[in-house]
Amino acid sequence: MAEMEDAFDAIVVGAGPSGNAAAYTLAKEGLSVLQIERGEYAGSKNVQGAILYSDALEKIIPEFREEAPLERHVIEQRMWSMDDTSHTGMHYRSGDFNEEKPNRYTILRAQFDKWFSAKVKEAGALVLCETTVTELVKDLTGRVIGVRTDRQGNPIFAPVVILAEGVNGLVGQRSGLRPEIAPESVALAVKEMHFLPRETIEARFNLKGNEGVVIEAMGTITRGMTGTGFLYTNEESISVGIGCIVSDFAQGEVTPAELLEAFKAHPSIAPLLEGSEVKEYAAHLIPEGGYKAIPQLTGDGWIVVGDAGQFVNAVHREGSNLAMTTGRIAAETVVALHRKGEAMDGYTLKEYERRLEATFVMKDLKKYKGIPGLLDANKATFFGTYPRLFSQAMQTWFRVDGVDKKTKEKAILKSFRDSRSLRGLLGDAWRVARAWR
Amino acid sequence: MTEIATATKVEEKLFQNRYLVDAGKPHIRVREHEVPSASLLAMTRLCPAGCYAVTETGQVEVAADGCLECGTCRILTRKTGEVEWNYPRGGFGVLYKFG
Ligand SMILES: Cc1cc2nc3c(=O)[nH]c(=O)nc-3n(C[C@H](O)[C@H](O)[C@H](O)COP(=O)(O)OP(=O)(O)OC[C@H]3O[C@@H](n4cnc5c(N)ncnc54)[C@H](O)[C@@H]3O)c2cc1C
Ligand code: SF4
Repeated sequence: MAEMEDAFDAIVVGAGPSGNAAAYTLAKEGLSVLQIERGEYAGSKNVQGAILYSDALEKIIPEFREEAPLERHVIEQRMWSMDDTSHTGMHYRSGDFNEEKPNRYTILRAQFDKWFSAKVKEAGALVLCETTVTELVKDLTGRVIGVRTDRQGNPIFAPVVILAEGVNGLVGQRSGLRPEIAPESVALAVKEMHFLPRETIEARFNLKGNEGVVIEAMGTITRGMTGTGFLYTNEESISVGIGCIVSDFAQGEVTPAELLEAFKAHPSIAPLLEGSEVKEYAAHLIPEGGYKAIPQLTGDGWIVVGDAGQFVNAVHREGSNLAMTTGRIAAETVVALHRKGEAMDGYTLKEYERRLEATFVMKDLKKYKGIPGLLDANKATFFGTYPRLFSQAMQTWFRVDGVDKKTKEKAILKSFRDSRSLRGLLGDAWRVARAWR
Repeated sequence: MTEIATATKVEEKLFQNRYLVDAGKPHIRVREHEVPSASLLAMTRLCPAGCYAVTETGQVEVAADGCLECGTCRILTRKTGEVEWNYPRGGFGVLYKFG
C-alpha cells in the first residue's frame, strides 16, 4: 500500500469539552491539529445541566474566569429526597464559596462550547464545523490512519485520531473499536430553560450578585426508575431537568416530557419556576455505566476521551470535568510521543491509560464501580420506599398533634421496619457502604 | 409573561427550539416490518420529541423533523436493528442556543 501523506499531526472528532481540551492542548504545544464538529458551531448539539468544575479547566486555560461565559458561581448545594408532596433536604451553603477563584460555576453549554472553540482556534487548530465524520480509515493491518467525512473529497490522514465524539459514539462503534452501549448503562435526560429576571432569581434563592444555587433531587419524582432531577440557577434563567436509565424508561409507563412536567409541578419546585418563560427543550443521553462500562480506550492510531469512553461519575454528577481531563491527558500523551518521534500505536498510547490511573478520573470511577449495579438491583427501594419513609418520618416528627414524642419515635421506627424489615434495613446499609467504599 | 408551562404536549415544547431541517433527507428510518418489537413500540412513548407513532395497520413510523438527536431510539433498538440511525448531515438538525 502506498504511503499516505499525513495532512495533520492529529485529528480530533468532536468539539465538546473533551475534544476542545484535546485540540487546545495539542495546538498550544505546536502540533498541527484538525478538529471536526458536526454542529453548525461548537455547542449547537450539546446539552448539560450545567455545572462547570473550575479545576479541570484551570489546568488547561488558567485565566478562563476572565473570558469564559460563566453564569453564577455556586455557593449553595441542596440535596433533596422527594416524595409526591414534600422534600427532605440537606443544604450546604458557605460564604467560603465567595472566593477569588470560585470552584464551581453554572454555565450554558452552547455558549460555553462556542467560547472554548474560539480558544482552540486561537491556539492554532483548524476547526471544521458543519462536518460529520462518517468513518475511520484503516490500513491493511487495521491501523487507523485517518477519517472520512460527509463532505465531498478524499479522506484526511493523520498518525492519530482522538475520538471525542460523545455518548453516542457512532464513529468508534461502527469501526468496531468498541461495542454499542447498553440501554442499562445510559440515562436519558430532558431539560428546559426557564427565563426569569435576575432580581427574581436572586430574591427567590436568597442570592446576591453572581451567587448561585444548585438543587439535586431524587425520590418518587422518577417513579421507581433509577434517575435524578436537577434545578440550577443561571444569571437570568433556571435550568431544570430530569433523567432516568433508558432500560427503566422502556419498562415504565411515563413519557420523558410527562416526567419533567410532574417534576416542575411538584409543590417544592413549582414556586421556584413561577412566571418563567420557557425558551428551549433539550434531550441528551448520559453514560452512567461507570467503571465497568469503560470500553477499550486506545489502539493503533486512535484514543477515546470523554463521554465516548463512558467517563462520567454519575454519583457526583460530574462529566465535563472528566471529559476535559481525559482530553487533556490524551493530548499530552500524543505530544510526548510526537516529540520523541515514536509511532502512535496500541502499545505506546497505553501511556494515556497509565496516566489516567493516577488521576481522580479513574480513582473515582473505581471507587463507585458497584453503584450502578446496586441502584439497578434496588431501584424500587432507593427511589421509592426510602424517600417515602423519610418524608413520613419528618412529617410525624414535626407535626404537633398531641401525640407524645416517644410514641412518635416508635411509629417512625415501625414504619421503617414494616417496609424494609430489620434485615432489609441492615442489608441496605451494608450494600450501600460496600458500594461506596 | 406566561404562567408556568404545564402543557405536556411535546409539539409545543419543540416549538421553542431552532432546527435546520434537511428536507427530503430524514436521518432516521424505520425498517419495513409487519409487527414491531416491544422496544420499537416503546419508542412511541420514550422518544423525548414524540417522533414515533403507530399507524392504523399497527406498524411503527418515525417523523424525525423534531428529533433532538439524543440517540435513545438507536440504543434501545440496537438488538432488533429496526431503526436505521445516522446524524443529520453536518450543520443540519437541532440547533441548541443554550444547551
Ligand atoms: C442533562 C445533562 C446534565 C449534565 N450535567 C452535568 C453537570 O452539571 N456537570 C458536568 O460536569 N457534567 C454534566 N453532564 C455530563 C456532560 O455534559 C458530559 O460528560 C460532557 O458533555 C462530555 O463531553 P464530551 O466532549 O465527551 O462529549 P459531548 O459534549 O457530547 O461532545 C461531543 C461532540 O462531538 C460532536 N460529534 C459527535 N459525533 C461526531 C461526528 N461523527 N463528526 C463530527 N462531530 C461529531 C458532537 O456534535 C459534540 O459536539 C450532564 C449531561 C447531561 C445530558
Ligand atoms: S434520537 Fe431521540 S429525539 Fe430523535 S427520534 Fe430518536 S429518541 Fe427521538
